[in-house]
Amino acid sequence: MKILVPVKRVIDYNVKVRVKPDQSGVELANVKMAMNPFDEIAVEQALRIKEAGGAEEIVLVSIGPAQSQETIRTGLAMGADRGIYIEAGQDVEPLAVAKLLKAVVDKEAPGLVLCGKQAIDGDCNQTGQMLSALLGWSQGTFASGIEIAGDTAKIIREVDGGLEHISISMPCVVTVDLRLNEPRYASLPNIMKAKKKPIDALDAADLGVDTAPRLTLVKVEEPEARQAGIKVASVTELVDKLKNEAKVI
Amino acid sequence: MDFSLSEEQQAILDMAVDFGAEAIAPHALKWDEEEQMPREMLQAAAELGLAAIYVPEEDGGSGLTRLDATLVFEGLAMACPTISSFLSIHNMVAWMVSSFGSETLKDRHLAQLCSMQKIASYCLTEPGSGSDAAALQTKANRTNEGYNLNGTKSFISGAGFSDLYVVMARTGDESPGGISALMVENGIDGLSFGAQEKKMGWRAQPTAQVILDNCAIDADSLMGAEGEGFRYAMMGLDGGRLNIAAAALGGAQFAYEKALAYAKDRQAFGRSIDRFQSLQFKLADMHTSLDVARSYLRQAAWKLDNQTPDATRACAMAKRYVTDSCFQVANEALQIHGGYGYLTDYGIEKIVRDLRVHQILEGTNEIMRVIISRSILAERDQ
Repeated sequence: MKILVPVKRVIDYNVKVRVKPDQSGVELANVKMAMNPFDEIAVEQALRIKEAGGAEEIVLVSIGPAQSQETIRTGLAMGADRGIYIEAGQDVEPLAVAKLLKAVVDKEAPGLVLCGKQAIDGDCNQTGQMLSALLGWSQGTFASGIEIAGDTAKIIREVDGGLEHISISMPCVVTVDLRLNEPRYASLPNIMKAKKKPIDALDAADLGVDTAPRLTLVKVEEPEARQAGIKVASVTELVDKLKNEAKVI
Repeated sequence: MDFSLSEEQQAILDMAVDFGAEAIAPHALKWDEEEQMPREMLQAAAELGLAAIYVPEEDGGSGLTRLDATLVFEGLAMACPTISSFLSIHNMVAWMVSSFGSETLKDRHLAQLCSMQKIASYCLTEPGSGSDAAALQTKANRTNEGYNLNGTKSFISGAGFSDLYVVMARTGDESPGGISALMVENGIDGLSFGAQEKKMGWRAQPTAQVILDNCAIDADSLMGAEGEGFRYAMMGLDGGRLNIAAAALGGAQFAYEKALAYAKDRQAFGRSIDRFQSLQFKLADMHTSLDVARSYLRQAAWKLDNQTPDATRACAMAKRYVTDSCFQVANEALQIHGGYGYLTDYGIEKIVRDLRVHQILEGTNEIMRVIISRSILAERDQ
């Protein structure tokens, strides 16, 4: 089996995000970028499946600006086999990404697509679901456990009420959650080997996908700064404020 | 001229920093206090290729350059200079075995050195010979089976803890050419250790004397050829000096970052202390020192990798300058923290204690000046 893992280059999770002065988006100039943490978990899971003999090849795909190839390289250093890079802007919408990924799936014919449940920049949480719909494949989202046996994948999903166990047919799209695993560090030999692994470039237009945005971004704003708290003198005052000011009781 | 790190070098540095932050930093103060470090952590580092950084790939190592190695030791030292330096010593032994060891010696130890199933120490210094290392007195007398070792090695990092000891001992005359490198395994008859030394810093790595009393080893324990030991030791030193400097740099960088953050949080006279120019100037000087040290260290490493004629001098200059300036930076970081900097819990006094020895070992900074001046005078007079 071949596993396809889409990886996205996003702002590093440690960076304090700043809004551009013209409110057109988030400041990305001179900001540390890294692989989306959920995608890292997906890469790790793919590696574990391969190491357990459940897959022969792991292919990474990244869609975005040229530096996305560095993100692919990061995953190759973890141990993935090769990469596919599709040039696009930073803000390709989930539907366009899903269509591009479908085109890659048609070409590569993987048995499993492992995605992060969402990217930590847009927090859309749509791409995996859209891809499964476009492919007509089953989907298992928010996975905190994955077990593949023949034509079936048993997925443990993290839902509000607890854990949901589902069985879905292969091939499928699985989106992974935070607690699925802890990604490994790239070892020194693997960092050096990654340099020699191939990254093929594909063109969005050649794949027949229109990546033009369908949404209009009105503006991006900083969340309102948190106000300092106050001390109340009595329980009566507290209840009064909860009733009339906060309107929560 | 391009001063930027390559994509791979950045990945190497990031990995070392991240591994250090997760596996070392949260425990660094505890290990310092308890004067021990866990083998599991070292073996986890080895799994990432950190135990055989410049052992070639065909020997099971990572096959990296000395410049790459400085990135590793700088990154690890941001978590703990003591652990970083300990790994540097092990790396030197792994490199020696791979470079000079016979096939038998390699078969015996190299794979386990790369995985740190066997941890290695390096024994050159003796109670009576430090800077004057070639005056060492430990004897290795030839026997029918191999060698019989007698003597005492002092200040040995990992003594009692390590599985293997590379011992520099005299197999011939009193000249440097009479010294050979021999591999001694822990547990053999005649090998014992002195009491653990109580130290100012580097407390997480055990340090003691290694005592050899009629220690019999077989002929295959000889590394390379007889009489070559001192030459191997000297070859290891240039790179070792870079590593010791890199570890000082990582420690000082950590202390500087702590001070930078503290200067924002700490209030005095109604404002944060970073509003005072005296403090701003301190931070400016610290940052300058770190950047200059880093640039020169990497240049010296580049020279060693490219075997330039002045590589040994450059390594000595880097070791002298980087360890001196990084100690100053750490000390200033403590000063910025005021009374809190003197408290163990803030983690700064540990860095000051740890970095002090970087000015002493791997050749004192005075010996570095001897090497540098000897080289420039010889160049002038040639």
